Amino acid sequence: MNASSAFPIQLGLWLIPLLPFAGFLLNGILGCRLPRWMVTVIGLLAPLGSLLIVFNATLVAASHPGITVCKGCAYQVPSYLPNVENLGHWLAVGSLHIDFSLVFDQLSLVMLLVVTGVGFLIHVYSVGYMHSDPGYARFFSYLNLFLFFMTTLVLAGNILLMFVGWEGVGLASYLLIAFWFEKPTAAAAGKKAFVVNRIGDFGFLIAIFLILAQFGTLTFSEIAAKLAANPTFTGGVLTVICLCLLFGAAGKSAQLPLYVWLPDAMEGPTPVSALIHAATMVTAGVYMIARTHFLFDRSPAALSTVAIVGAATAIFAATIGLVQNDIKRVLAYSTISQLGYMFLACGVAAYSAAIFHLVTHAFFKALLFLCAGSVIHALGGEQDMRKMGGLRTKIPITFWTMTIAVFTIAGFPPLAAFFSKDSILYAAFLQGSGGIVLWFVGLFTALLTALYMFRLWYMTFFGESRTPDAHPHESPWSMRAPLIILALLSICGGWIGIERFAAFLAPSTGALPWAAAANPRLEIALVAFAVACAIVGWRIAHVFYLRKPERAAQLAASVPLGYDLLANKFYIDELYNSVIVKPLFVVSRYILGWVVDAAILGGLAWLLAGIANLSGMVLQRWQSGNLRSYAAWLAAAAAAVLLFVLLAGSSHGWSLTLFHPEPILKLSRISIAHLGQASH
Amino acid sequence: MSFLQQDVPLSWYLILSAILFSLGVIGFLIKRNLITVFMSIELMLNAVNLSFVTFARQWNEVRGQIFVFFVMMVAAAEAAVGLAIIIAVFRARSTLAVDRINLMKL
Amino acid sequence: MHLILFFLFAGFCLAGAINLLLQTHPINSALSLIVVMTSLAVLYLLLGAEFLAIAQIIVYAGAVMVLFTFVVMLLNAGREERTLGSRAAWPIGFPAVVAILAVLATILLRAQGLSAARLGEGLTNAPNQSNLVQLSQVLFHQLLLPFEVTSILILIAILGAVALARAEGSQTGAERTAPK
Repeated sequence: MNASSAFPIQLGLWLIPLLPFAGFLLNGILGCRLPRWMVTVIGLLAPLGSLLIVFNATLVAASHPGITVCKGCAYQVPSYLPNVENLGHWLAVGSLHIDFSLVFDQLSLVMLLVVTGVGFLIHVYSVGYMHSDPGYARFFSYLNLFLFFMTTLVLAGNILLMFVGWEGVGLASYLLIAFWFEKPTAAAAGKKAFVVNRIGDFGFLIAIFLILAQFGTLTFSEIAAKLAANPTFTGGVLTVICLCLLFGAAGKSAQLPLYVWLPDAMEGPTPVSALIHAATMVTAGVYMIARTHFLFDRSPAALSTVAIVGAATAIFAATIGLVQNDIKRVLAYSTISQLGYMFLACGVAAYSAAIFHLVTHAFFKALLFLCAGSVIHALGGEQDMRKMGGLRTKIPITFWTMTIAVFTIAGFPPLAAFFSKDSILYAAFLQGSGGIVLWFVGLFTALLTALYMFRLWYMTFFGESRTPDAHPHESPWSMRAPLIILALLSICGGWIGIERFAAFLAPSTGALPWAAAANPRLEIALVAFAVACAIVGWRIAHVFYLRKPERAAQLAASVPLGYDLLANKFYIDELYNSVIVKPLFVVSRYILGWVVDAAILGGLAWLLAGIANLSGMVLQRWQSGNLRSYAAWLAAAAAAVLLFVLLAGSSHGWSLTLFHPEPILKLSRISIAHLGQASH
Repeated sequence: MSFLQQDVPLSWYLILSAILFSLGVIGFLIKRNLITVFMSIELMLNAVNLSFVTFARQWNEVRGQIFVFFVMMVAAAEAAVGLAIIIAVFRARSTLAVDRINLMKL
Repeated sequence: MHLILFFLFAGFCLAGAINLLLQTHPINSALSLIVVMTSLAVLYLLLGAEFLAIAQIIVYAGAVMVLFTFVVMLLNAGREERTLGSRAAWPIGFPAVVAILAVLATILLRAQGLSAARLGEGLTNAPNQSNLVQLSQVLFHQLLLPFEVTSILILIAILGAVALARAEGSQTGAERTAPK
């Protein structure tokens, strides 16, 4: 489906990653010497430029002569997509051929809009949030670096280039989480994030090797074509590939069992949490599964695993988020839970629904984090919700935008998440008896989501102020403007509707499972259930945290074991520490360090040096400088040569008759004649 | 023909040459004066000359004798230069004992 | 006749060679070597190489050995001393010599097709030409270039010997004449 030859207009896709990279270089190398306004301009121009190019590409797509696409009219999609831009050869090894190819199709269009759009808004927010930080230029250079890698990941036309972006966003995440690296917890959190990500990347690598062995190519379109040519190829190695890909996605998108890095990643500045750990990086796993959906479609076992992982993560994280006291931790667990929803959608082959939820999630989660950042900024760095309260009248714009976000995530119509979440639950319900279990889990999680989000809302903004000596002030306009824009997007982001969205995405992610037969009555019934759960959750939060705040503590005291388990995150971190980290430490220090490194390798080196030394000392005595000894050895060698010639000659059949030298003389005569002619 | 009228077999010349050569090698090994060692080398050269002349006689080739001629020339030149070197060594080390001239050891 | 001459002068050769090994003063060894070379000249005569016999006496016995004698006198070389000795010379050298001799003797004694020599017979391929004429015909026609090169070789040897053996220039002379 390479239509680039039919569509000669160059979209300039290579600029989309390049502008942020240029911003990274400029701010990284020269940033500390430039005045602050210049750093800001460079830092903002890069994502703005990428955003404008994406807009341009979108408009070009929409205005292609002859085929129009408009929201609400005939479900026609432009025929020019996918637009492949090949930047040059990369690897050509045997039959393997990999280029730097960027692919712009419907899926990457949507992802790019989210990444660059929300990214730009968060860049603007950072101008105000990081205003007084000494590492201002460094922050913007890292943010631009992240954008470079993320756009590369999204635009990649083959798995290897996507892996480059994959690793790069992990690196940028590490740099940004450990931004205040003098703080030991921040540095440790950065390391943890990188290491856990790396474990997932190992799975991704195995998948790449298997794909290469199976298909001989790493380009998405070629793999899809090969699969399409072989309709009965299911299961087997494809299941293994998909499970490895799932492992990689679980590492990047913080699913069970590799989610442990995301709560700790809240040590980074709030814009980082908003951009990377809410809107873009953690969605890379979902994007990757959607991108390779043709592989997952062939392996029902893998799809079931994806769905189960997603649902389990969703409810697991939601239960932990109920009892956290740090405002950012609650949002972190909420992110993990919502990502679980997206994986659940992928697991029931409703990839478009997952992407839809990804888009709306980007809006409301970024909004939630930015509002939380605004609250923290207003209270001068306080993050513990138990010490907040009564901020409703003091920071009104933050309050109202946060309200919109909280209602969105709870799933109230007609806000954005209502449409996306319900499409996921509907898709799960249609999946059969296992699907109904998944639907129920998703429904219960929706209730918990509403519960803890409203808990956060009430504890932060309502009631008596528990910090009487703080003077909360509203944020500057650079922080308020993105909040307002994101709130507007949260309101109307879902109005496009899942059907139109899925129809748009269908060429790149496959059609929805229920595209053939829709059941409107079932839909309305499920929607009613979901909204009812949201209202119940709101009610419970209202009672526990607004009317009678002491009831929460009483409930916690009455179930001490359960509360303990939840508050300590099910002791998963401690479990990993004792089962994985400690043994690795023992092995590396004692076995590898002492035995292999010091004893074996060190001993080997010592042995080789000793041999060289010893042989040198022995052979040294042979070179005595004594003429007579040398003469003796000369004579011995001459005797050996003579013996050898005698024995070899007799074994070759030379008799001991002295042969006539005539042949040799003939040769010498000829050569001497040549010499002699010169003298004649 | 009587005993005294017999011809001399050429193999005897060759054996004489071999014995002379071996004596030269022994001299090279056991003598301790540098000049005497050099003289043993001359002895070896002469032994080889004898075998060349013998083979020239065996095959009626005059080139064997020409080879001896050239060997003589080169041996003369070599003797001149070698003795000059021995003089220089004596000047440097004040001794002609072979075992004392061992600056080339490690 | 030839036999007696052969035995006599071969005996002189061997005696001279063994004497060279047994003498301790280098001048005695030099004189023994002169005996060897002269006897070899006679043996060349027996083999029909008259020119080489004369050349042997003129060049080897008359020039090279005189050179040796001069150097012995110049350096005032004395009797050999008992010095450090060599640990490898006897254990390794002696068996090596024995092996060389054994191999050569084996080859020579088992060889077939060797003829005999008689005094007065020259090389039989050109019976009317003397040995000198035969030699010069080859030497100055086909091997003229090597002949000339040999003369250059000797020139270089002379220059080398002069350069190596002369005293350390006028410096030594100046030291000698400087007032103490």
